[in-house]
Amino acid sequence: MTFFRPAFRHPDLPPNAAGFHRRDYEGGLSTLCAGCGHDSICNAIIDACFELALPPHRIAKLSGIGCSSKTPAYFLGRSHGFNSVHGRMPSIATGANMANRDLIYLGVSGDGDTASIGMGQFVHAARRNLNMTYIVMNNGCYGLTKGQFSATADKGSKSKQGNVNLLESIDLCELAIQLGAGFVARSFSGDKAQLVPLIKAGLSHHGLSFIDVISPCVTFNNNPESTKSYHWVREHSEATGTFDFVPFRQTITADYADDTVQEVVLHDSSVIHLHKHPNGPDITDRRQAIDNLEDHKEQGVILTGVLYVNPDSQDTHDILQTSVRPLNSLTEADLCPGAQALEAVNTAHR
Amino acid sequence: MKPLNRINDFVVSFATINGSGSASANNLFAKVVFRLGVPVSPKNIFPSNIQGLPTWYEVRVSEQGYVGRRGDVDLMVAVNGQTLRRDYDSVVSGGYFVYDSSKPLPEDFQRDDVVTIGIPMTRLVTEAIDKPKMRPLLRNIVYVGGLAALLDMEPDPFVDALNSQYRKNVQLAEPNIQALQLGYTYVRQHYPDTCRLKVQPRDRTGDAIMMDGNTAMALGAIYGGATVVGWYPITPSTSIIEAFGRYVQKFRLEEDGRCKAAIVQAEDELAAIGIVIGATWNGARAFTATSGPGISLMTEFLGLAYFAEIPAVVIDVQRAGPSTGMPTRTQQSDLLACAYASHGDTKHPLLFPGDPRECFEMTAAAFDYADRLQTPVIVLSDLDLGMNDHFSPPLAWDPQHRYDRGKVLDAEQLDALTERWGRYRDVDGDGICFRTYPGTHPDKGVYFTRGTSRDEYSAYTEDSGAYTRNMQRLLKKWETAKEVLPKPEITVARKDARVGVIFYGSTTPVAREVIDQLHRRGCPINSMRIRAFPFQQEVWDFIRTHELVIVIEQNRDGQMRTLLINEGDVPPQTLLSVVHYNGLPIAGRELIVTLEETLAAHGLVVAAMSNETGGVS
Ligand SMILES: Cc1ncc(C[n+]2csc(CCOP(=O)(O)OP(=O)(O)O)c2C)c(N)n1
Ligand code: SF4
Repeated sequence: MTFFRPAFRHPDLPPNAAGFHRRDYEGGLSTLCAGCGHDSICNAIIDACFELALPPHRIAKLSGIGCSSKTPAYFLGRSHGFNSVHGRMPSIATGANMANRDLIYLGVSGDGDTASIGMGQFVHAARRNLNMTYIVMNNGCYGLTKGQFSATADKGSKSKQGNVNLLESIDLCELAIQLGAGFVARSFSGDKAQLVPLIKAGLSHHGLSFIDVISPCVTFNNNPESTKSYHWVREHSEATGTFDFVPFRQTITADYADDTVQEVVLHDSSVIHLHKHPNGPDITDRRQAIDNLEDHKEQGVILTGVLYVNPDSQDTHDILQTSVRPLNSLTEADLCPGAQALEAVNTAHR
Repeated sequence: MKPLNRINDFVVSFATINGSGSASANNLFAKVVFRLGVPVSPKNIFPSNIQGLPTWYEVRVSEQGYVGRRGDVDLMVAVNGQTLRRDYDSVVSGGYFVYDSSKPLPEDFQRDDVVTIGIPMTRLVTEAIDKPKMRPLLRNIVYVGGLAALLDMEPDPFVDALNSQYRKNVQLAEPNIQALQLGYTYVRQHYPDTCRLKVQPRDRTGDAIMMDGNTAMALGAIYGGATVVGWYPITPSTSIIEAFGRYVQKFRLEEDGRCKAAIVQAEDELAAIGIVIGATWNGARAFTATSGPGISLMTEFLGLAYFAEIPAVVIDVQRAGPSTGMPTRTQQSDLLACAYASHGDTKHPLLFPGDPRECFEMTAAAFDYADRLQTPVIVLSDLDLGMNDHFSPPLAWDPQHRYDRGKVLDAEQLDALTERWGRYRDVDGDGICFRTYPGTHPDKGVYFTRGTSRDEYSAYTEDSGAYTRNMQRLLKKWETAKEVLPKPEITVARKDARVGVIFYGSTTPVAREVIDQLHRRGCPINSMRIRAFPFQQEVWDFIRTHELVIVIEQNRDGQMRTLLINEGDVPPQTLLSVVHYNGLPIAGRELIVTLEETLAAHGLVVAAMSNETGGVS
């Protein structure tokens, strides 16, 4: 085990729009294996939050159990965090979100945590379209319990010990799209240029933003025959298109070539620009998004980037019609009907 | 044969079919008795079925105010062909058997110690009611009318009750009143002076109410300030959430129509408790309601909440196990599962409400206790208490009461701190530390909540010293809990009584009645109603000062007795177990026999009853 510090330190980097420096978004020392994909994702989270100038204390970071779920200790040290139990981050996030709709919720999970023990919770958080960003650090195996295959391992993929996975793999992105998540993306821990804007877009989206990040486990599942290895993913992935994300406060006009741009305006007026092939699928269409994923899978290609966005998605609070005030801010005066009302209840029961 | 002759002191049972609409007719009868000023206790004994299986609705009328279940039946209204034989046989000697005489009784129904009363219910409605669809429901009202006449009750209060029931649907009131009159008139004509059981108006109900425990708990959660609910449907707890939802619509709407509560129907109980823990971690008051199988699923999270010190209110409306077991039958059999729920060293405060008023008070207070103690608090009800209407003192709310949110630091307090704050630092010596809600302060009071071991500042460590210090502090908190939680209710019949009885929850009315009776028969018994776990010193003192202590409870294994023996320095042989666990609410007439036997086995012979009604009447 080596202690890992974010590779990029920019002591001279100017503060962001909210006056915070990048270090204000960093966390404790990582205790993951050197080279673990999860550490790169942590860095991308730090960059995304820094670049979006989110006040760190307004973010709540939540996780289940696993190497991946340990990572909230390694970023956003000035945010409250909750490392809960295996597979149950979504329910903790649901409760937290119900209690205070004004915070930003960032959930981190692993593929074991989400696609096996926590499948039920993942599926239902997506169905509720909970307003949160849900990142799966997907290495196709159980890192913390030493390398068993997880349910996202591809059929035929071989582990370091030489075991071949004989079972079908679960595509979490496809599921998330089917279940009504409003923002679904896939990326690779080795592709920071794509991952950071994706996380930024996810954080800006209203509703459930699901981001499946392929994140190689260097210790147990990074052999060349593993479809979740650095090598394999680099060789076999293709992006939905070049991508850039414009937070609503900024007006950046990206300088791109002449290909088609699909522009999606999010709830908070941020804009996603997707530069894609002229005949590429419409990312706001669920059917096309799923077909696109399946088509690429057939060709043995991992599709990355924004896979689906529904800019008008309604989150759980919209659906339940809860107060616009955070429920945890309500006081006795708001909540307790008082002695007189109780007397009327008594009378109705006589 | 001498037919039973009693005023305001008997049991009526309605044998009907589930889903046939009889419940509201039966309830009408109980309600009118109550409105005549006579204490009454209805118990719905129903199957796990939506429609078609037999159901009984037992109503005990007791001027003396004994509203526990008595057991056996003085007057049976038998309208379910499937159970006719059994219902006929179950009437006590000298009792009354009322049946639908549209069809003759089988020839072999020849008891000569029962008064048989035939009312042609089906024929009467068929002749008088045009709409065939309404007939089955109205047939139920016919027998209520007949019963009113048999028991010498005036029809007016029934008519009033029907009118108010159909206030919003006036055209329905009329046929109902007509059906009532049909039964009433028929009995007056054909069976005058037949039944010697009477209901006579009294003034014995005072300001009491008739309410089920689940409704009272829902109100407790409203008054206690719950704003987030995570739940998964399970009988017999579901109606708590349903009632909570109704009261949210009534009491918790904003001007724009939005509600000041989020009720999330979760995918299972694992998620339900997760939602509660997430919400309370984030500063809202939250609860879930479930039954035994749900508790089983919640246990992993309960362990986390215990260790990470996150408040949670869990209501367990107990039913007979196992999972699918007897879901519509009552028991007090989750005690041990709740007390020590989860892996590792865990224990949780429990509350044992004894009637709807306490269901309300304890549920509301549970939010204070959970916040104060920063731990899950489980309120243990059961199907009998939760789903049946009970004769109860009115609900009361002290307008001076302020929510106790426990030790929570806000931004100002964080700024004012002179020393380093640690989430798990016991600065007051009571085992309870200060917490913060997420989002409170830009750079103070942040911590990482985890189930892994950690130090006083919530930093990850596997240091054995830090681990044991923390576990020791949790024990100190456990001691603090004893001061916070409600004390047992001790009733001293005689200072030098040799026998003490312990009971809790829905066993209360039956236990009290039986103890009263034994007292009248020259056997003074002191009693203690346990209201909370962990047990306070009073509990041990009570046990210590009696030669023989009997623990009455509704489970097979004597779980409260086990808990007492496990938690205190009590010689097991001083605690005798008297249990009842057949799924029906504990009944006084059975209990008295068991108690007599238990006492006799220990050389305490109780004098026979001096008169016919001196017993559990
Ligand atoms: C209820 C329960 N069962 C099993 C475990 C053991 N366990 C810890 S982590 C883990 C797998 C984690 O895998 P994944 O979510 O893929 O995370 P990774 O370590 O690969 O990042 C398991 C099975 C546990 N903590 N809790
Ligand atoms: S075991 Fe795998 S997943 Fe866990 S820290 Fe090491 S490389 Fe990362």
